[in-house]
Amino acid sequence: MISPIDYFMSADYTMSDKLLEIMYFLLGLISIYVAIRNLQDKTNEKRIGTFIFWFLLGLMFVLGPWIPSMYTGILMFLMVLSPIFKQVKAGSEPSPTQDEMIKNYKKIGFKVFIPALSIGLFALAAALFTSISPLFGMGVGVVVGIILLMIFSKDNKPIVFLKDGRRMLDIVGPLSMLPTLLAALGAVFTTAGVGDVISDLVSVIIPEGNVVIGIIVYAIGMALFTMVMGNAFAAITVMTVGIGAPFVLAYGADPVIIGSLALTCGYCGTLCTPMAANFNIVPVAVLEMKDDYGVIKNQVLIAGIMLVVQIIMMIVLS
Amino acid sequence: MEILKLLGILIVVIGFVLKLDSILIIMVAAIVTALVSGIDPVTFLETLGSSFVSNRSMCTFIIVLVLTGTLERNGLKQAAADLMAKFKNASSGLIIGIYGIIRLIFGAFNISVGGAASFIRPIVMPMAQAIAEKDGHPINEEYLEQLKGMSSAMDNVAWFFGQVLFVGTSGMLLVQSTLADLGYEVALIDLASVQIPVALIATATAIVYYFIKDKKLAKKYVGGDKA
Repeated sequence: MISPIDYFMSADYTMSDKLLEIMYFLLGLISIYVAIRNLQDKTNEKRIGTFIFWFLLGLMFVLGPWIPSMYTGILMFLMVLSPIFKQVKAGSEPSPTQDEMIKNYKKIGFKVFIPALSIGLFALAAALFTSISPLFGMGVGVVVGIILLMIFSKDNKPIVFLKDGRRMLDIVGPLSMLPTLLAALGAVFTTAGVGDVISDLVSVIIPEGNVVIGIIVYAIGMALFTMVMGNAFAAITVMTVGIGAPFVLAYGADPVIIGSLALTCGYCGTLCTPMAANFNIVPVAVLEMKDDYGVIKNQVLIAGIMLVVQIIMMIVLS
Repeated sequence: MEILKLLGILIVVIGFVLKLDSILIIMVAAIVTALVSGIDPVTFLETLGSSFVSNRSMCTFIIVLVLTGTLERNGLKQAAADLMAKFKNASSGLIIGIYGIIRLIFGAFNISVGGAASFIRPIVMPMAQAIAEKDGHPINEEYLEQLKGMSSAMDNVAWFFGQVLFVGTSGMLLVQSTLADLGYEVALIDLASVQIPVALIATATAIVYYFIKDKKLAKKYVGGDKA
């Protein structure tokens, strides 16, 4: 633990890390803004719970790195109570009307693509040309995008971005914390030694030292586990700790290739499962299709081909 | 009993399969794992807290949302639709393919222009259907059903494999932190560049597959003998 002043004065931390800390602090302020706006929103019947959720998240960003991790843990524990008891709800920030969007498009035209692409361009530029984290580059891209939109149209005042940001955060809601919470679960698994137990079990199937079989089991396991749970994020932590690390990475396989492709092997599973309802079942309803599996049936072949392609890449490249 | 440590995984699997509240499942799984493995409450809370601090990168989407909401307000979707409309002389299958390419490129820049409700239903399907009905006859129902299925499938394939090209996408951040916990340090840019050939192969395969499938369906259901 270190005080913020010492941290920013110290030469032991890189410029990139310091810039990221500033960005996380701003992130916290955005979250607190969303909290307060919801608290003031009389039309939001769950405004107290919604406030608590976003406020605690904001606090974790603002204070998190500077207080003992136990307190941050307590904040996280309290934060998830609101969504668990169904006390978080989107406020009443109005969406733009169709007319407004068409009117703005007529005014701005295809130029609207420039700020849209700036986020990714700046992230990429930071990664390629500087030693600063691409995540900070992403933040710079957002600022550049905001400035461009303000130049394109006088209607884009700072408050518009804040209001739209709040509307978007209200829409994504607590479920957007899923990756963060899964990572926390993964950390608990690691502390508990869950990976060792799985690898003991799997070692019965995989002959020791056979990386090729290890890769195949890991890749197919990712796809199957994702199909069962409908979520590759939940699968990647467990499978990597239990199978990827002891049976593939331990024998010197390249962690970049294995780790990166393992995730997309999981996505192949996502393409094949009704459990991923958002992607595979909701469109059936939205498009008024007759066959509940009409989307999945068009994806199975692609998923199968890609799984094979990726297994071959893992074996050949690492 | 070492095997009891797997109880947490069992809870996650059963919970997700039964579609219980995801956040509840994760917290219950974490608590149960801590209990059966003898992790004391202080260590448990410390694990949660330090995991949050080291994984804050996963929440950087919050800063992006400040821009995306206003982008939509300024007609991003209308611009993308206009871009699509420039290809109105293609076949239905090709329209789906072109949509896939647009979806892939935007995905690689972390912008979600697309989706069944906001893009396929109002933009892609009307175009694809209009092309199939060029001969003046209403589209065959089975053909329409397949066009809907292919559009949605293209949407998913291009989005899944496109977003992993973005340096700093949440999936790759999770991979990075998982590997870091295991002692392997990897850079986001490297994780993303591995995905370039994968994205190209996946999107190309999907485009060719749907193009051929559409040609066959069009031959079967459109024009000629049914006129």
